[in-house]
Amino acid sequence: MARSDPPTPSVPTPGERVEKLVETRLEESGSRRTFLKLAGLAAATTAVSGCGTSAPTSEEFFRQHYKKLTPEDKERIFRLIEDETLARTGVATHISDPPPIDGVEFAYALNLSVCNGSRRCVEACARENNLPDDPEMRYIRVLEIDAGTLDLDESTPNYGTDKVPAKDKFYLPVQCHQCDHPPCVRACPVGATWKEPDGIVVVDYSWCIGCRFCVVACPYFARRFNWQAPTVAPERINPNQGYLSNRPRFKGVVEKCTFCLHRTRKGRMPACLEACPTGARKFGNLNDPNSEIRHIISTKRVYVLKEELATLPRFYYFFS
Amino acid sequence: MVLEFLRFLRASGGAMMRGSRNYYLWLLFLVAWIALGVLAYLHQLNVGLVATNMVDQVPWGAYIANFTYLVGMAAAAVMLVIPAYVYDDHALHEVVVLGELMAVAVLVMCLSFVMVDIGRPDRFWHFVRFNWPASMLSWDVIVLNGYLLLNFYITTYLLFSKFRGKKPDRKKYVPFVFLAIGWAVSIHTVTAFLYSGMGARPHWNAAILAPRFLASAFAAGPSMVIIALTVIRDRMGFPVKDKAIDRLRQIVAVTMMINLFFFFSEIFTELYSFKEHAASMRYLLFGLKGHHLLVPYIWAAVTLDVFAAIVFVTPRLHKNHNVLLVGCAAAIVGVWVEKGMGLVIPGFVPSPLGEVVEYAPSFTEFCVSAAIWALGALLYTLLLKAAVPIELGKLRLNPEPAE
Repeated sequence: MARSDPPTPSVPTPGERVEKLVETRLEESGSRRTFLKLAGLAAATTAVSGCGTSAPTSEEFFRQHYKKLTPEDKERIFRLIEDETLARTGVATHISDPPPIDGVEFAYALNLSVCNGSRRCVEACARENNLPDDPEMRYIRVLEIDAGTLDLDESTPNYGTDKVPAKDKFYLPVQCHQCDHPPCVRACPVGATWKEPDGIVVVDYSWCIGCRFCVVACPYFARRFNWQAPTVAPERINPNQGYLSNRPRFKGVVEKCTFCLHRTRKGRMPACLEACPTGARKFGNLNDPNSEIRHIISTKRVYVLKEELATLPRFYYFFS
Repeated sequence: MVLEFLRFLRASGGAMMRGSRNYYLWLLFLVAWIALGVLAYLHQLNVGLVATNMVDQVPWGAYIANFTYLVGMAAAAVMLVIPAYVYDDHALHEVVVLGELMAVAVLVMCLSFVMVDIGRPDRFWHFVRFNWPASMLSWDVIVLNGYLLLNFYITTYLLFSKFRGKKPDRKKYVPFVFLAIGWAVSIHTVTAFLYSGMGARPHWNAAILAPRFLASAFAAGPSMVIIALTVIRDRMGFPVKDKAIDRLRQIVAVTMMINLFFFFSEIFTELYSFKEHAASMRYLLFGLKGHHLLVPYIWAAVTLDVFAAIVFVTPRLHKNHNVLLVGCAAAIVGVWVEKGMGLVIPGFVPSPLGEVVEYAPSFTEFCVSAAIWALGALLYTLLLKAAVPIELGKLRLNPEPAE
């Protein structure tokens, strides 16, 4: 975790080994190729695969809150979801549930001096987290702002990326700030969202009732609601899934950025960071005194959005 | 006792089913609206909340706006209860049950608006894992259901006693009446706190919000009661005293003034300081960056509020009962716009990241909302149809020999 050099570790972490294993297994069983072929067919007909389009099964209806699930429950539920995805899309997925790592608290920093507004992070995030394309749901919103102000009311998320960075503009990507004092968590009437020990705010998609009070409470516009059944084209499904992050979601529930916990808790970097062409994004363990993130926060002039709300974000911006 | 209660229910049910041709037409009209709303809701259940015009930038719309308004309407029953029980106003005491029944019907509407708004109504049982006391929404669920139970109990007890020809035992209901007075204030306060507790939404994040909610509720609610009592007197033969209506008129005259004053204080504070956070208020009153969907509505609402206030304080106007009724309607509609969409939507404009996304309800939202209003009207009509003859002594367990 939290190395200062780019994320190309020589020794694979356990997480990567698992991922490799899954990929090899997929190749062996040929399911990856099969689904690629199937995908063309599917795209021609219904194009996309939904989840939660039909009424919930009795297992889904009675499924307990995440925190009440035993390891056996989880095992059973994960396999059920994998089977369901396979039947629906022809894609073999693997659902894991990596726990928070002892002593690790994640933080993110973004260098506004070098971000060029390419939105590569936005797309990488969408692929990694199985976000629907139609209508488009994106966790990261990149704002284009005139040089000379930091007023968000004067920003726009609707700009073309063909000629970025535009003259006299700068770019401010916003995603979930994983607040240490998250107003969204307090708002939830049924405890379907909470802050994990490593600082990541998660949603139990199987417990959320869809009241959207958390969406209203978030000062960073970080939460997304499934206004309709989410659909991902089979060939775009990321099979490496976390129960609390990028597994299949449902119509009528809320979701959000989880710092790619299915990757980061296994020692990898978030997808948005890996995709960034300028190296503007930095991520790591705040508790590690030698980490790059710690170095940035303690030596750069960092700031957080809407500091006056005392939400204590784990997402810092800085200029270099 | 149990048997008597069953007979009470049966007699009430019987009374609800009997009526003139116009009565049946009225019921048919309401049922037709409800049927349309059920179809619209089934469509929404099927495709998801995409059937509404809500989006991530405006995650609450007409449903929650109506809900917010109606919570006030339910709380306003105390404007009859306080004069009747605290100040022994006899004219109002005679009609207090009719007001409380309105609260019951309105609360059912409130809960219906919440149910149609949530994305996963099948998961309603997840409230077993209550996030209390942190979440204001969990408080709201408690106080709303509690208030419904209280009013349901009080009205049922009083009507059942009347039905049996017995004098109600004060010990068995007066404590609950006083509990309900405090509780009524709490339901609208908690609902205001849903909004005012949000640091993320500067438009709502103001201490004036809960007082303003109560003031506007106590203007629109008694106005609705005046209209209801007029119908009850003219169409159902219940002798509502002029004194009762005039007392309510006095109440609205004061509460509407206070409401307008609060609203003005809010506008002044937001606009004069010229802070960035006043963008929502500017959007509401004048439009923002070329978007001004709400502007005509809010000015119409303010005009209606002012008109109502003038009617309620000017004897020459309100002495004419028809003009008074028009004033009541103005207060009801004015507050509905000003506290419903006029409060909820600007909270989302601009969005926390500065986007201006406008919202107007979809056809589905319109049908579902209209159906819930029809449901409330149907429920209140049926309750009155049984309650009025019981109150008049015409519907009894052991009918007295004809005079």
